[in-house]
Amino acid sequence: MGDRLPVVLVTGFLGSGKTTLLSRLLGRPELGETAVIVNELGDVGIDHHLLRQVDERTVLLANGCLCCTLRGDLADELRDLLSRRTRGEIPPFRRVVVETTGLADPAPILNTVLAEPVVKHHFEPGPVIATVDAVNGLGQLDREVETVKQVVVADRLVVTKTDVAEPGSVAGLEERLRTLNPAAELLEISFGEADPALLLAPGARDPRDLAAGGAPAHDGIRPFVLFLDRPVDWTAFGIWLTMLLASRGEDVLRVKGLLDVGANGPVVLNGVQHVVHPPEHLDAWPDEDRRSRLVFIARGIEKDELEASLAAFAFLGDGP
Amino acid sequence: MCALCGVLLTDHWAERGSGRRDRVSRVRLLNRVLAHFGLELGDWSGRVYMLRDRKGKTAVVDDLGSLWTAAEALAGRPLDPLDPALVAALRRG
Repeated sequence: MGDRLPVVLVTGFLGSGKTTLLSRLLGRPELGETAVIVNELGDVGIDHHLLRQVDERTVLLANGCLCCTLRGDLADELRDLLSRRTRGEIPPFRRVVVETTGLADPAPILNTVLAEPVVKHHFEPGPVIATVDAVNGLGQLDREVETVKQVVVADRLVVTKTDVAEPGSVAGLEERLRTLNPAAELLEISFGEADPALLLAPGARDPRDLAAGGAPAHDGIRPFVLFLDRPVDWTAFGIWLTMLLASRGEDVLRVKGLLDVGANGPVVLNGVQHVVHPPEHLDAWPDEDRRSRLVFIARGIEKDELEASLAAFAFLGDGP
Repeated sequence: MCALCGVLLTDHWAERGSGRRDRVSRVRLLNRVLAHFGLELGDWSGRVYMLRDRKGKTAVVDDLGSLWTAAEALAGRPLDPLDPALVAALRRG
């Protein structure tokens, strides 16, 4: 992806500690060259020299689904940051952090960074970080579909307010989060104290040690992992996944993993509903295990049918 | 990046970095799938794809992002890769 600047997304329900976390992190010298875009200036103000506010504004495209909307406000702000940096009106920055409202859907934000004609040439999606309040998180997961979506889309789940929560409720919440999104890295913080690596480290957890599966975690949403023991034809895989996302994309909430395409290293795959990051080819595998491993978090789709379909498509190229 | 709104994009994630040989292979594999729905795909100058049904109705598509929407419109029915009949047909080869 070259010199593109990462756009880190910090999401989480209202009161879950997003702003506290950010205000602490942005005080650290390692995160000095960070531009910040927020939807709302909350009670806990962020004191930062590169703070910008946007009013959430989505542009629904003709024939588009919700996840494929473009956030016009965000695109405008990112373009403006770039031009002002070029003109020397603001200090240089090496990353952008976007703090969303508690109700914002992360998918259109990722889509904006990946698809907006100007933005996509200068920025790339960084990690998606979701804060979940240890005191109220379980209740929010039961009641608020937005919270479930934020958890499913996250690369890192940050459980906040663990200092004031009952120990049992923290354990229960973390078990629920691991069930909902086994591919995410799970961290606990209290008083907003967190390692700057939370924002700086690229990408997400290596999905190869996952063993997701079992009962639906929420409203028919079920995570599972598919393994493939032999290399996959990348062209055939692309046909399968684009067809799957075209027909079932609203129910494929998340797909991520490593794919063996017969090269020295795997292809890293990361998608949220219809929005797929440009696949990244790694030079080498992270360990001795070279099996393809794909994590799906899907609604109303059974593992068996997905597995059978992928097997039929993935080896299409083997036939006559 | 969007399977439904592929018209926005010229460098679809599934085709990025692929060459002429990949494109020929893609058309061949796609035709094995599309045949199940009575459709056929051709390459037009290595730039766009031409999709046609058995009655001769055609649609020009840019990439895999816009292909499936156009194919569904021409076929007049959903194109679901999880459809057991399609999976069985692909397995039979």
